[in-house]
Amino acid sequence: MTYHADERGYYGEFGGAYIPEMLYPNCEELRQNYLRIMAEPSFQEEFHQLLKDYVGRPTPLYFAKRLSEKYNTKIYLKREDLCHTGAHKVNNTIGQILMAKKLGKNRIIAETGAGQHGVATATVCALMGIKCVVYMGEIDIARQAPNVARMKMLGAEVRPALSGSRTLKDATNEAIRDWINNPVDTHYIIGSVVGPHPYPDMVARFQSVISEEIKSQLLEKEGRKNPDYVVACVGGGSNAAGAFYHYLDEPEVGIIAVEAAGKGIHSGESAATSALGKVGIIHGSKTLLMQTPDGQITEPYSISAGLDYPGVGPLHAHLYVSGRGEFISITDDEAMKAGLGLCELEGIIPAIESSHALAIFEDRKFKEDDVVVVNLSGRGDKDLQNYIDYFNL
Amino acid sequence: MNRIKQKLQEDKKILSIYFTAGYPQLNDTVKIIQDLEKNGVDLIEIGLPFSDPLADGPTIQESSTIALKNGMHTELLFEQLRDIRETVSIPLIIMGYFNPVFQYGVEDFCQKCQNIGIDGLILPDLPLDVYQEEYEPIFKKYGLINVFLITPQTSEKRIRAIDKASDGFIYMVSSASTTGAKSGFGTEQTHYFDRIGAMELNNPQIVGFGISNAETFDQATKNTKGAIIGSAFIKHLTQNGVDHISDFVNQIR
Repeated sequence: MTYHADERGYYGEFGGAYIPEMLYPNCEELRQNYLRIMAEPSFQEEFHQLLKDYVGRPTPLYFAKRLSEKYNTKIYLKREDLCHTGAHKVNNTIGQILMAKKLGKNRIIAETGAGQHGVATATVCALMGIKCVVYMGEIDIARQAPNVARMKMLGAEVRPALSGSRTLKDATNEAIRDWINNPVDTHYIIGSVVGPHPYPDMVARFQSVISEEIKSQLLEKEGRKNPDYVVACVGGGSNAAGAFYHYLDEPEVGIIAVEAAGKGIHSGESAATSALGKVGIIHGSKTLLMQTPDGQITEPYSISAGLDYPGVGPLHAHLYVSGRGEFISITDDEAMKAGLGLCELEGIIPAIESSHALAIFEDRKFKEDDVVVVNLSGRGDKDLQNYIDYFNL
Repeated sequence: MNRIKQKLQEDKKILSIYFTAGYPQLNDTVKIIQDLEKNGVDLIEIGLPFSDPLADGPTIQESSTIALKNGMHTELLFEQLRDIRETVSIPLIIMGYFNPVFQYGVEDFCQKCQNIGIDGLILPDLPLDVYQEEYEPIFKKYGLINVFLITPQTSEKRIRAIDKASDGFIYMVSSASTTGAKSGFGTEQTHYFDRIGAMELNNPQIVGFGISNAETFDQATKNTKGAIIGSAFIKHLTQNGVDHISDFVNQIR
């Protein structure tokens, strides 16, 4: 039994490629080539060189002493917040821009919600001198002005998504429509482990550098490769996919996925997809998603703009349904409090997304000698306004 | 015999019209169908609106958003269509995205279609392989024709596979685009139409995307069986409401 994607991109019953025929050639080209290209020594060499020299990898695995004392267990933080551009997102965009070059593409499109993936995409496009168009919901453009400015400084064109609810899911729709209209010269850099096969698997593989590093770093620090638990927040689920990847088929490692409960799971303002979602199709993938009984996709809510996706990657849907993963949902209030807690105890301002993962220690108890690795997916600079408003700073 | 197949046997070019159910007004569905038949349209595609229509451009997106706001949903559409066969005999297809059908239950959905007298389905994001592995027997059981799309980028091998899986007509998307994005045809399209024509497929082809008037209808149907108009008709409804459908149809042919 494996928790990785099969040849057709299925994780158990989830995944696949539910795409209109217009997208078939694009996805097929990628599907037929991605594993071969990723296996090429020249690709691996360039990918790892950039991760090292440009992104700043390996990111530290930091033993959080004071946090560990507070919760009476051994907590390590995987410091993805120290990556160039401030989050794990860039691991994937580096990989995909190299993939796009190998496929001979000269134009990049991407979707973004809060703007983190948009910035990471604009960054690698600037690095490679490739034209970049980022779709962003009109509402998000207004909410995330600094990231819009960053993308523009990096040379990207930011196009507002004016359809539907004008947020992340609609930006994704617009990017897909762009790809339908530009099937030959354009590569679509999806920002999470979502979308049609092979995206969930390809993005997970690019992000898997996170757990690859955890293994060797933990061996150095604890004399063993495997922690007792690995914890990560899940929106679409790319940082979690990367943190879980090399532990998926190691049953002794507990996998804990943390979703955003927003104002409470049953408040009507939540993004806890495993609790509230039903099986369906979103953005070309069969997975759990939040929807009306009639099958219309609904708009999720979280204080964290990186977690308010109405679906979840098919890998995570499978981890949930199979019981391999433990799913915990954390409210806005719990996350904000945990974020401030990390500032006070460890001198690290986390992204609000990552604060959700940190918040589990209040209720989820661990043994004193448990080794718990939390993926600190991003830093909190981008969230400063939210922190200011919330705590009246 | 299935009404679509019967219609395709007639020695004429097929004019197919798409509209979004629940637009412009929630209860316009039946009147639009009746008027389209009365004015000589050959085939009707009833759009089941979806919140996230990936393959559609702004016109059909907007009509879907409004239809949903108006209160359209799957069960209501079936209710509106319950007695439709008492007044029209035109072939009817429901076109929509897979998720609402999946939530209704594919078998329940198909059964309901048969009860009402729906002749076929177009679900662009239900891929060929999934259809064949999971749903083909259900569609067949309830006498529904499933219509697949091909595009200028579809490989010859895949077109042959789609032809083999089809049992009515093939929906030939005229160019790499979403609906309503382009108007008119260039040499690229002409070559594509000729290329597909030369393949001598078992199923006739009906062209969609980019057809909005008599000129584009004639171009599209020169070497094919027919053409589908969607966005242009939606725009007409937006501007003129449902009382002047004859004006629209008469300017096509």
